[in-house]
Amino acid sequence: MTVAAFTFYLFAIIAVASGLFVTISRNPVHSVLWLILTFLSAAGLFVTMGAEFVAMLLIIVYVGAVAVLFLFVVMMLDVDFSELKAEMARYMPLALLIGVILLLEFAVLFGSWHAAPNADALRLAITPDPDKVQNTRALGLLLYDRYVYLFMLAALILLVAMIGAILLTLRHRKDVKRQNVLQQMWRDPAKTMELKDVKPGQGL
Amino acid sequence: MISDDLSLLLPEIVLAVFAMAALMFGVYSGKDRAMPVITWATAGVFLVLAFWIGVTGPGTHTAFGGMFIDDGFARFAKVVVLLSAAAVLVMSQDYMAKRGLGRFEYPVLIALAVVGMMVMISAGDLMSLYMGLELQSLALYVVAALRRDSLKSTEAGLKYFVLGALSSGLLLYGASLTYGYSGTTLFSGIIQTVHAGQMPLGLLIGLVFLISGMAFKISAVPFHMWTPDVYEGSPTPVTAFFATAPKVAAMALMARLLFGAFGTATQEWSQVLAVLAVASMFLGAVAALGQNDLKRLMAYSSITHMGYALVGLSAGTAEGVQAMLIYMSIYATTTIGVFAFMLSMERDGHQITDLRALNLFANKEPMKALALMVLLFSLAGVPPMLGFIGKFYVLKAAIDAHMYWLALLAVIASVIGAVYYIRIVYLMYFGKENEGLDTGPMGVMPWVMLMGSAAITLLGIINLFGVEGLAQAAAMSLVQ
Repeated sequence: MTVAAFTFYLFAIIAVASGLFVTISRNPVHSVLWLILTFLSAAGLFVTMGAEFVAMLLIIVYVGAVAVLFLFVVMMLDVDFSELKAEMARYMPLALLIGVILLLEFAVLFGSWHAAPNADALRLAITPDPDKVQNTRALGLLLYDRYVYLFMLAALILLVAMIGAILLTLRHRKDVKRQNVLQQMWRDPAKTMELKDVKPGQGL
Repeated sequence: MISDDLSLLLPEIVLAVFAMAALMFGVYSGKDRAMPVITWATAGVFLVLAFWIGVTGPGTHTAFGGMFIDDGFARFAKVVVLLSAAAVLVMSQDYMAKRGLGRFEYPVLIALAVVGMMVMISAGDLMSLYMGLELQSLALYVVAALRRDSLKSTEAGLKYFVLGALSSGLLLYGASLTYGYSGTTLFSGIIQTVHAGQMPLGLLIGLVFLISGMAFKISAVPFHMWTPDVYEGSPTPVTAFFATAPKVAAMALMARLLFGAFGTATQEWSQVLAVLAVASMFLGAVAALGQNDLKRLMAYSSITHMGYALVGLSAGTAEGVQAMLIYMSIYATTTIGVFAFMLSMERDGHQITDLRALNLFANKEPMKALALMVLLFSLAGVPPMLGFIGKFYVLKAAIDAHMYWLALLAVIASVIGAVYYIRIVYLMYFGKENEGLDTGPMGVMPWVMLMGSAAITLLGIINLFGVEGLAQAAAMSLVQ
């Protein structure tokens, strides 16, 4: 077994095993930690394929941002997971049946899989030559040139997500005191402050 | 090159830029006070774009290496989507303002959803298909939960979101299998690797997954479970929108994918669609029988009608696509009328969707009752109304494609389905005396939409307003 094959199987086994633990672990915080391990091993798989930029993105974006966000949400939300699990258990037999059927179908699919004769040529047609173009640069060429239409659409989708998040959660509360910087700056010391000479023992 | 591509995309760009400008205007001017202005402006832009797209010359053009297709089919579907979205927007303005739902983001989100629908309709690539679908769906998830203080509305939004995400997963899985087989995501590339009669198993599974993902969006059985709950929980104008424009767009997308990428292997997917169609027609018809809530009833009604439209599509011919387009146009027109009426159903200022409140409605408001009767008869497919013509085209397409059993089942389902439409008419004219609805003038725009839709349904029988020829040309441009 070559080193490449060994690393592939190592990362693949870790990814599948930790993916399994995400679903079966009892503590949701542990689930998120297993999820992080899944992401890390997927990043390892990308490195073995020579896609180091995607691997680093996966670690930065998914592990650094998304998974940490998950962790916060899981810890802050007061969700009774055992109750959810009990609800899930009722449908377990049906879910297992569907899962097994799907698995069998995929086994058949895997056995008889073949691609169209010219598929590989078509696949390579849009990919820049890896010997001539650097990995990151090739991604940029595809993303901002050939697929600029999709890139713009993705931007619109993110805009919708942002509008949605604000629309569904923002409440304008009138009883909250807010800082008004201009008002603070326009305050005239002469009007707001009065000096009084207080005689000892008399008070005001 | 890029300027040619962009000029082809101009309607979509105009709409997207308008949505962003309206958003800015709303934020920096009166916030929710700007909502009526933005709503009317959005509807105006929809109308202008519909006119613009409508008068664009014939021919098929592609942009961005085939990811965007502008042909007769796309133009027809876009005009239907834009017009129905504009109609729903203007008729819901009063309702939204009255019930504290006058958020200025609503028309902006509708505009962005319509951009998504236009991208879907023009999709020439699995990736642009998915992007359009997500843009549309994400905006719809948000507006479903618009009434955020109501448990039902929040539930509707969440349910729609979770199940929608699941269906996107199915769609993506199918797309990846298709790409794995053919090595390209372009429809024009996929169709060259697909040959009739010898579709490999992997590609077949991918195709079925793709169809499942889209069947969810048109709420065809067995992917319909979300529909009644989402329709019931969402605010009524939002439900009216759900029932019209997105359905037309998703149906057009399905036709685009099946004919554009798998057009050489019609018999492989025609059976799948036929099964979906039969299940939708029967489940929608039978489940609606026991409903007393008009919104849930309309949900089942839309499931049934998607079944009929799928009958047309499953014929796998240009005639079938034409029948589907005519059917969807008629369905959208009629549904807008019914929802315009529903917006005015209230008692003591509260919205009522219970059917039994319609008892003896005809004695109080003969005009409105008459208009509603016309629309319901049209939905049921009773001959002098437009709905009959739609069903006629669909059945004719099925028979011409030698799918006699499908046509027969469609007729049987249509008889079952007629019962619940006629039951409403019965209640309105011959029902028992009980606490009915508030009477009095309804809002101007809902009234115009109700009467206009009823009039179109009656008068359209003469020549369908020329839609027949347009739909035929559109279908010819899709099916070579």
